[in-house]
Amino acid sequence: MAFGAFATTAAQSQAEDAPRRRSWVALVLLLPGIAYLALFFLVPLVSLVLTSFNAPGPSGAMGDYVPGFEWSNYVTVVSMYGEHIIRSFLYALLATAFALLFSYPLAYLLGVRLRRFPLVQALGVTLVIAPFFISFLLRTLAWKAILSDEGPVSTALHALSLLGSDDHITGTPFSVVFGLTYNFIPFMTLPIYTSLERLDLRYVEAGGDLYAGPVQTFLRVTLPLSLPGVVSGSLLTFIPAAGDYVNASSTFLGGTGTQMVGNVIEANFLSLQNYPAAAAMSIILMAIILVLVGVYVARSGTKDLV
Amino acid sequence: MPGTLPDDPIIRRLVQQARAAQLTRRAVLAGAGGIATAATLAACAAGEKAKPTAAKDVSATEKTLAWSNWPAYMDEDDDGNHPTLDAFEKQSGITVTYNVDVDDNNSYYAKVRDQLALGQDIGADTVCLTDWMVGRWITLGYTQELDHANIPNISNLVPDLEDPDFDPGRKNSLPWQGGFAGLAWNTEKVPNGLKSIDDLWDPSLKGKVGVLSEMRDTIGLLMLSQGVDISGDFTADQFQAAIDLFTKEVNDGQIRNVKGNAYLEDLQNEDTLAAIVWSGDITTINGEVGYEKWKFAIPDSGGTIWNDNFLVPIGAAHKANAEALMNYYYEPEVAAEVAAWVNYITPVVGAKEAMESIDPDLAENQLIFPSDETLATVKRFRTLTSAEEQQFGAAFQAVLLG
Repeated sequence: MAFGAFATTAAQSQAEDAPRRRSWVALVLLLPGIAYLALFFLVPLVSLVLTSFNAPGPSGAMGDYVPGFEWSNYVTVVSMYGEHIIRSFLYALLATAFALLFSYPLAYLLGVRLRRFPLVQALGVTLVIAPFFISFLLRTLAWKAILSDEGPVSTALHALSLLGSDDHITGTPFSVVFGLTYNFIPFMTLPIYTSLERLDLRYVEAGGDLYAGPVQTFLRVTLPLSLPGVVSGSLLTFIPAAGDYVNASSTFLGGTGTQMVGNVIEANFLSLQNYPAAAAMSIILMAIILVLVGVYVARSGTKDLV
Repeated sequence: MPGTLPDDPIIRRLVQQARAAQLTRRAVLAGAGGIATAATLAACAAGEKAKPTAAKDVSATEKTLAWSNWPAYMDEDDDGNHPTLDAFEKQSGITVTYNVDVDDNNSYYAKVRDQLALGQDIGADTVCLTDWMVGRWITLGYTQELDHANIPNISNLVPDLEDPDFDPGRKNSLPWQGGFAGLAWNTEKVPNGLKSIDDLWDPSLKGKVGVLSEMRDTIGLLMLSQGVDISGDFTADQFQAAIDLFTKEVNDGQIRNVKGNAYLEDLQNEDTLAAIVWSGDITTINGEVGYEKWKFAIPDSGGTIWNDNFLVPIGAAHKANAEALMNYYYEPEVAAEVAAWVNYITPVVGAKEAMESIDPDLAENQLIFPSDETLATVKRFRTLTSAEEQQFGAAFQAVLLG
């Protein structure tokens, strides 16, 4: 119930006395929020759905579409861009996994190990947030320069013969996944840190008292208690990463073989003026994310997350 | 409700539709209106078919002008002022707002098309866009006809550009600058240079080749290398043959990247050693390193030539002011001053003579003042039909998206 929050036990009897007035007040209070959602979420969403069913206009001119019920738009984009959809989710999944691998130890260090040194802990958290002070576009461009053929990384790898003379780093799936991972690490670290920071260390001690080894204690105590952080961190990484079009764009770290769904939508919208295709792709992306996230949240069993 | 309708076309349409559907205020507030409004918006965005009408010209009373243009396309001194533009303001009394907000034909168009379709002001009284995009605007009725009586200097227009297929008689547009697409290479890493498009496919350049994301330039050069005249009536099969070659070189990893103006970074950080590029840019990046590190050449099978053209958008209210500006930039001395800075081809007759007094070397520069021999080596991509534009554009994007 939307107004459930108002009906606390203390206010229960009062609420029953004047239910009409109360719901009216609640409605007034909620009105700005509802109006905001209706205007900036519902209207664009409906417009997007309608656009995705548009049919080519009679003039045949570029960007000319009329309202219609072209279900085939969806079939066309899936058959044309199915590979990009799979690629996007694969990249997003890899980036989420790598971000988790890097972030968990980092968050553990900050949230558990550094508890005794609040100053160092605060400094560490600041350092995790620090990249946000520079636009992520600039940071991604900087990585492009670092990873470029004549940049330090490629030169070193060439010198060590770890990279063939024809091989390069930018414009490959590696650089795109790298960019995604890099850009989303703070989003992964902070929620896990918040969970671990509240971890009651007496539980860990109790694990030891019950003859559990460090690994078992971690798996059965620490990890489950930090799961809300892991789940929200991976959602905060996975959802935007799947729709990201900056890292994969050829202006940044991507190339012709690494384009993701976001790039397909951008190309269809800006270059081809194929608005129905762009809208259909957006809705497919949204639907897949909704399903995946729904399954993930249900499976991970953390009810008090969202 | 009073019978008068609001002036704004979108709101007027909304009011009309709302009345027609007999929507009560309560229903709108109840939230069902949200959906209805969206449907109405969608309907009126798509339902607009009639060509928009031109805005009333208020140039006589309002001495202002907003001009949208591409980056690095205007003379600039060390303080960031534009000397020729300042002189125009002083001479004409018109205050010009110079906006550098065009960086891609398609994305600029995508930004303003809805307002154009409704005949609204897009915040620019004149814009410079590339030939084919100008053609699209003219076909859709998004431009205002120029009054040549206000532009006496139009007599200085290069004869070759007087009658393009997208705008016969230059009724709606006037060239600003032009340029070539051709080959460029890093003279330190590729000392022997490049002569033909086929040289780009040399195994030694594998993964070191960049091409432009401007379809007409990249595919145009490939078609020319396959012996197709891009200014003539080539067929879809001939276009497809170039796309096939392009696809192969991208898939083989010979072509490293396909980019817009950002290709310059790739040349500079040596991700690419040879590339299909725009002529004026190479002078600019050579200027940054201080010596001729990169060279530009028109391939032996021919290069492409294009122009960016002034046009007056349909909703612009300062057409006469825009015409005064065009007239000013068609003074040979002014044109020469701009060309000396931007290094692109000036469309103004007499600018070469004027340049001789500014910088005699530049007057001989084939990239600014091409001779007839140079011009004989380049072709202009013909205007595509709507159907071709969609078909070819989709084929080209498909390669870019991989």
